[in-house]
Amino acid sequence: MIGRAPGVRVSLVLALGLIVAALSVGALAIGPFALSPAETMVALFGGGEEQAQVVVQNIRLPRVAAALLVGAALAAAGASYQTLFRNPLVSPDILGVSAGAGLGAVIGIFLSLPVAFIQLFAFAGGLAAVVLVTVVASAVRNTDRILALVLTGVVIGALAGAATSLLKVLADPYDQLPAITFWLLGSLASVTTTDILPALPAVLIGLVPLVLLRWRINVLSLGDDEARALGVEAGRVRFIVIAAATLITASVTALAGVVGWVGLVIPHIARMIVGPSFARLLPVSAIIGAGYLLVVDTLARTIGAVEIPLGILTAVIGAPFFIWLLASGRRGWS
Amino acid sequence: MFRSTTLRLLLLLGCALVAQPAAARTVTDSAGRVVELPERIETVFASGPPASILVYVVKPEVLTGWPRALRPEEAPYIAEPYRDLPETGRLTGRGGDANLERVLQIEPDLIIDFGSVRDTYIDLADRVQRQTGIPYLLIDGRFEATPAALRLVGEVLGVPERAETLARDVEQTFARVDEILAATPESERPTVYLARGPDGLETGLKGSINTEIIERAGGRNVADPGDGRRGLVRASIEQVMVADPEIIVTWDSHFYQRAQLDPLWAGIEAVRTDRVYLAPTVPFGWIDRPPSLNRLMGLRWMAGLLYPDAWDEALREDARAFYQLYYHVDLADAELDRLLEWSKGRPPE
Repeated sequence: MIGRAPGVRVSLVLALGLIVAALSVGALAIGPFALSPAETMVALFGGGEEQAQVVVQNIRLPRVAAALLVGAALAAAGASYQTLFRNPLVSPDILGVSAGAGLGAVIGIFLSLPVAFIQLFAFAGGLAAVVLVTVVASAVRNTDRILALVLTGVVIGALAGAATSLLKVLADPYDQLPAITFWLLGSLASVTTTDILPALPAVLIGLVPLVLLRWRINVLSLGDDEARALGVEAGRVRFIVIAAATLITASVTALAGVVGWVGLVIPHIARMIVGPSFARLLPVSAIIGAGYLLVVDTLARTIGAVEIPLGILTAVIGAPFFIWLLASGRRGWS
Repeated sequence: MFRSTTLRLLLLLGCALVAQPAAARTVTDSAGRVVELPERIETVFASGPPASILVYVVKPEVLTGWPRALRPEEAPYIAEPYRDLPETGRLTGRGGDANLERVLQIEPDLIIDFGSVRDTYIDLADRVQRQTGIPYLLIDGRFEATPAALRLVGEVLGVPERAETLARDVEQTFARVDEILAATPESERPTVYLARGPDGLETGLKGSINTEIIERAGGRNVADPGDGRRGLVRASIEQVMVADPEIIVTWDSHFYQRAQLDPLWAGIEAVRTDRVYLAPTVPFGWIDRPPSLNRLMGLRWMAGLLYPDAWDEALREDARAFYQLYYHVDLADAELDRLLEWSKGRPPE
């Protein structure tokens, strides 16, 4: 298996990509501002009424792009963490990224900063949490380094959560508290192109090492001793994967707020389709994640008269689905 | 069942007999709770920001503290002796960070809560009253109930004349707005969007306590799902574009600036016609935040924004008079200027 690791089935990736592309076009045409598919297409390429152009190019296009980016990123990070930790219950926020990013954003809202700074604080908070986790975990004298990492992640995450709660108590209940609540539930409602531009390169930079190291990460999923026997240096690969997945998660969390469940559930679906090999799991997870969050965000902005926070929908859809996945006993992990 | 009822009746009767001589008077609060009060009330603990404003407006001498210490920019708009009152925290509502022992330490003659009179708050009031032995009044905070609230608190605090003056002023303001509204059919009223949050995409649905002021001033809140739902929600910029409000009101200066610069907002009528307004927030917000008597200033301001032809009050004199009558401060010209500049969208830094 390892010696002749199978490559990604190009046709499958292509087919999934086409489906997601079709969904994206559909999502572009849906919204409260009534536009026919034809008008949407015209507006997309710079024709038609000015107002329609603004809606399609400046509102829906960034939002669709952001949904694809966030979904793909969270699912890719989730697949990486799950493979790395050899644990199907791991999600991208396992090392406290979301809790740290949440705390960063809440500090920004608490200080009444502009949106760009709130996002910057969220990004910095996510990274800081994981740095703290890795530093503390390396100081913990424990033979099982993965266990030490995960436990430290839980602890730091809880601390960040406590600090967030403290700020909620101190926040202006008529102004800041609702803003904090909405941010912690995740949303793409106000995403603009200028929000995506800094997140996109960060996600790509994070994806590059994951793609390059895909075989080694696969080997790592067998366990440290086996990996060492096969000539893979577990510690370094693990460090790179954590850094990359953290960068990815922190950048999209800064963009969209805290969106749970995508990074946990999507890799399971991908694994059902292509099996556990990381080289296949990574691209398929990313594509399915992109399509999934696109659909969820389109629901979020269309099913009600008001926006439904993303984090609520991903949980409401993701949690029952995950239970079904567990109960159906489908081939998954090994 | 029968026995326990009898027992309770007997007990109640016993309590009443014992308590009768000590109790100076009883008052029925907005929730229908009958509360015994001492004859003279020297100190009042305000359970939250709305109550603190109500008490401060009616009789500032009795206020024992602010739920949140005043910020430097707010202080000049509060009468001198009350600027440095201690911070006491919130007793009810979303926060609840005031410590009951601290309340006992302050030993107020009375606790006042101004806002919701729903069961949760009734229960909370009863518990605090039972635990501390301090009488606790719940006062209905709905905007329309403001005159009644003023009269009730005036009665309780022994300043019925002042309360009557204020209540009349509120009624007159309401009546003047109603006069304008009677002459303006619903369909001709301007559409308004309340932009909250740093990106302006939080808003209150029609009928929410946060937007009460818009509807009261005769604006049509564009955030109206039509099914009677209320509360704060997130909107998307596309929804705002579709609603295309004639007027946008906010109290967030970041959003105010963003609305002027962001191309996404540029197409919205309120932005195109330069009708985005920033509400002053000192010492208390004009349109909400907290929802208390401060909204009366907001109502006057908004009536002027929405119906500039029919509302003939000059904002400058109106604000001066309001701050004097309600907040006990004679504003210096510089302070008044700041407020007016603010309301035009030039917030103090």
